[in-house]
Amino acid sequence: MKPGAMRAEVLLITKEPYYEAQGDEIALFEGAYRNKIPVLLKGPTGCGKTRFMEHMAWRLKRPLVTVSCHDDLTASDLVGRYLITAGDTVWIDGPLTHAVRVGGICYLDEVVEARKDTTVVIHPLADDRRVLPIEKTGEVLSAPPEFALAISYNPGYQSVLKDLKQSTRQRFVGLEFDYPSADLEKRIVDHESGVGDETAARLVRFAAMTRNLKGSGLEEGASTRLLVHAAKLMVSGIGAQAACRGAIAQALTDDPEMLAAINEISASLF
Amino acid sequence: MPDLQPLTASEIEDWLDEELDAALSLRRTSHAAAVSLSSLARDQQEFARHWIAVVAKTNPEFAFHLANRAADGLKRMAQNDAEAWIIQAMDVYDKMGLYPAIAALGAVEAFASARAERARAVTLEEVGPVLELFLQALSGRRLRLENGEPAFTDTTRLFLPASIAWRPTREENLRLYKAVAAHLWAQTWFGTFPGHNPERLVTSCRAFPDPDYARELFHALETIRLDACLARELPGLYRELRALHDRPPAARSWRPWVARLEAADATVDVTYEALTALYGEPIPEPRPYQGTLNGDAVATALAERIEHERTALQDALKKLLAGRMPPPPGQDKRRFAAGKEQSDSSEPTLLLDGQQLAAPPDVRALMKSITQDLGDIPEEYLVPAGDGGYAPASPKKAEDVWKGTYHEEGAFLYNEWDYKRQHYRKEWCVLREIDVHPAEEPFVADTLRKYAGLATRLRKTFEALRGENAVQRRQKHGDEVDFDALIQGFSDLRSGRELPDGLFLRNRRLARNIAVMFMVDMSGSTKGWINDAERESLVLLCEALEILGDRYAIYGFSGITRKRCEIYRVKRFDEPYDKDVRARITGIRPQDYTRMGVAIRHLCGMLKNVEARTKLLVTLSDGKPDDYDGYRGEYGIEDTRQALLEAKRDGIHAFCITIDTDARDYLPHMYGAANYALVDDVRKLPLKISDIYRHLTS
Repeated sequence: MKPGAMRAEVLLITKEPYYEAQGDEIALFEGAYRNKIPVLLKGPTGCGKTRFMEHMAWRLKRPLVTVSCHDDLTASDLVGRYLITAGDTVWIDGPLTHAVRVGGICYLDEVVEARKDTTVVIHPLADDRRVLPIEKTGEVLSAPPEFALAISYNPGYQSVLKDLKQSTRQRFVGLEFDYPSADLEKRIVDHESGVGDETAARLVRFAAMTRNLKGSGLEEGASTRLLVHAAKLMVSGIGAQAACRGAIAQALTDDPEMLAAINEISASLF
Repeated sequence: MPDLQPLTASEIEDWLDEELDAALSLRRTSHAAAVSLSSLARDQQEFARHWIAVVAKTNPEFAFHLANRAADGLKRMAQNDAEAWIIQAMDVYDKMGLYPAIAALGAVEAFASARAERARAVTLEEVGPVLELFLQALSGRRLRLENGEPAFTDTTRLFLPASIAWRPTREENLRLYKAVAAHLWAQTWFGTFPGHNPERLVTSCRAFPDPDYARELFHALETIRLDACLARELPGLYRELRALHDRPPAARSWRPWVARLEAADATVDVTYEALTALYGEPIPEPRPYQGTLNGDAVATALAERIEHERTALQDALKKLLAGRMPPPPGQDKRRFAAGKEQSDSSEPTLLLDGQQLAAPPDVRALMKSITQDLGDIPEEYLVPAGDGGYAPASPKKAEDVWKGTYHEEGAFLYNEWDYKRQHYRKEWCVLREIDVHPAEEPFVADTLRKYAGLATRLRKTFEALRGENAVQRRQKHGDEVDFDALIQGFSDLRSGRELPDGLFLRNRRLARNIAVMFMVDMSGSTKGWINDAERESLVLLCEALEILGDRYAIYGFSGITRKRCEIYRVKRFDEPYDKDVRARITGIRPQDYTRMGVAIRHLCGMLKNVEARTKLLVTLSDGKPDDYDGYRGEYGIEDTRQALLEAKRDGIHAFCITIDTDARDYLPHMYGAANYALVDDVRKLPLKISDIYRHLTS
């Protein structure tokens, strides 16, 4: 997708995304939204942060602009840049600018991965000024009341170099996400895949076992997302062990010993 | 070489006489050995001669015994197995001396049959790491795997045989290993040994006329119960258990008990009831994966752990309370309580005055372990320890172990390469980490004053190197329009050519991602000028590196003999360059010898765990590897080279800065042709070192 090529209507979510609340995060987010405070989502990968954002965008009926940050993402990538067409230069809005203009929700996923200069454009938007200065056009965009900014980060595996600075984090309302409780996770896996209660429960147990290995060679245990993947494979007729091996074990690690151990666990469980 | 004739006995005898001269006498000749060797094929003879010569360099007496045994060994085993046999005997020699080594050579028949068994055997060494992860994932208290026969668990450790070769194929033996481990885990997880009564098994069995029989009967019954638990919880594993063992139908009198034991709510109490009821009946054949029961070991471990965990939890709670608010008015103390989560997980939660508390991971693990033993957390465990109630044993200090009797506890053991054998000597070097004693002298300030001009220049050059922003021109995508390219592009376009696609400027931050480890020679030969130069160099380097922002660590190395290798901490990777580090740089003093290989292995082990794109090991040295016990000349050089090769495999670049003018003779061999720098005047070292580092990393 070229920057600026997306249209607000397309980003409007019309069908309710399935989401099971873990706690009071929906109320908190709505409260923050009404008070125009930006939101910081913390939590391990695959525990439902992005799905939560989709759900909230649907609830609040605002278009959602999601930007997955990477270590080469610069302020221009967010704000916009000049492009050259035949005989002219044209300013193209970046996703953040676009979200501000249409009064949408801009979600910067894994924000610590982005370059440090991105904080320059996030900060004025994230406090009570709520403005986006566009240096190259000399414009200062004032965000409409419907605009919201949300960022996410995973405190679990970030290196010290990529910690979120206090000056940034203290502008946000923090919502902590974790893997859902066993019952809830079972319901989610079952709902997303239709694999059935019994198998979903076993997958959740399997996930709990891999989470026991966190810190002993695994950076993270199996996320809810991986469980859903495995469950979907099983529904489409792949054997339980093969599904676990492909969707979970191989996704978690490359280490042969760890793979062997995880495969032994799935062989024991199914 | 089939065309070569075997050597004759007399040819061999002449050769042996020369090689084994020191071990021979008038009455002890090499004749018998020569005769036996003459019956071998030529390539086997060459193999034997090679190894006899190698061993003779270590000990001629040992070589004499090898000469007498070699023919027998080679007739029993292929050459690669025979090599393993000799290497194993040499390891014994290294560890225990000549006579046990000769005995090890003598056990050739046992060794040969063990080698044959190994083809189908699975060893704990190979499956251990996987099993350990497997057990940890299964949940419950972490069980340490240890080597021991027969297999049993004391609920803290899990003893497994060093190898299993009970079945004809490797595949089956592998299954068996897993089954044994999982079954022992089941004993700890499904309540075979409840914590309320650690001695229950021992005392219950003793109540019967034949305690041993009673224990075996109990074990058979408990195995039935545990198998049923596994069938419910881990059906896949249960299928594997069944595949390993054809179960004959239970005797008629057993059937009602089997049904009760297999019920979902059966606890170990049912097993004890069944024990009383069925006492006297014949015991069915033990299931191959059930291991053994060791009631005494369990009683000891359990009692010890329960006591330890109670005090540990009380102490942890006291720490949790420290720094918290005093109790609310009307209450004399703050109260802890344990709550069970409503869901099916067995993880207990910690409550303080009715409020849920986020307990730190170690406290949670402790509470889980206590719950695993006792079912819940007793009230008295939740009373925080009083003052001075619990004093954990203070850990031993590394420098203290040399005082008093020598022991290797807590030290690092490293292999060393013996080029003559072309094999490692296993766990040959004993290494410890010690802090450099900080010195309170104004050395750093003096150095900075002395090199004031240089320091400013260094700062400038290094600032220029620092992860600066570079603008890339003519990019397809970028932050800004590249007007030069655009103007040129338009003129191209006007003249009928195509508009080039690279019309943008792109800012790229060239981030430095370097971790560097400085390994400083602290041997006795650095005394005087060299030591001063080294310290001055380090000061200037630190200044430069602080500007660059590269991660760096500084360690010194020295030692005397393989039993006493030492690494001196000056600065760890995660330590800032502060006054302690400066005091330690000041405090670097010449010590003993230069055993480089083990130091490289240790420091590379640390460097390996640092996350960086480029990892660099820079050695500051004044000469060849050299130590008291034969670590010199070729031996030292070859071991160092081997250690550097290992480092290279781990993605570490090694570089050596030396002041030894003879270095050209040996450094290229150790570090590679381009990986060293020679500073011929010691006094220039501080001037040059930063330049060398700059070249190295830009």
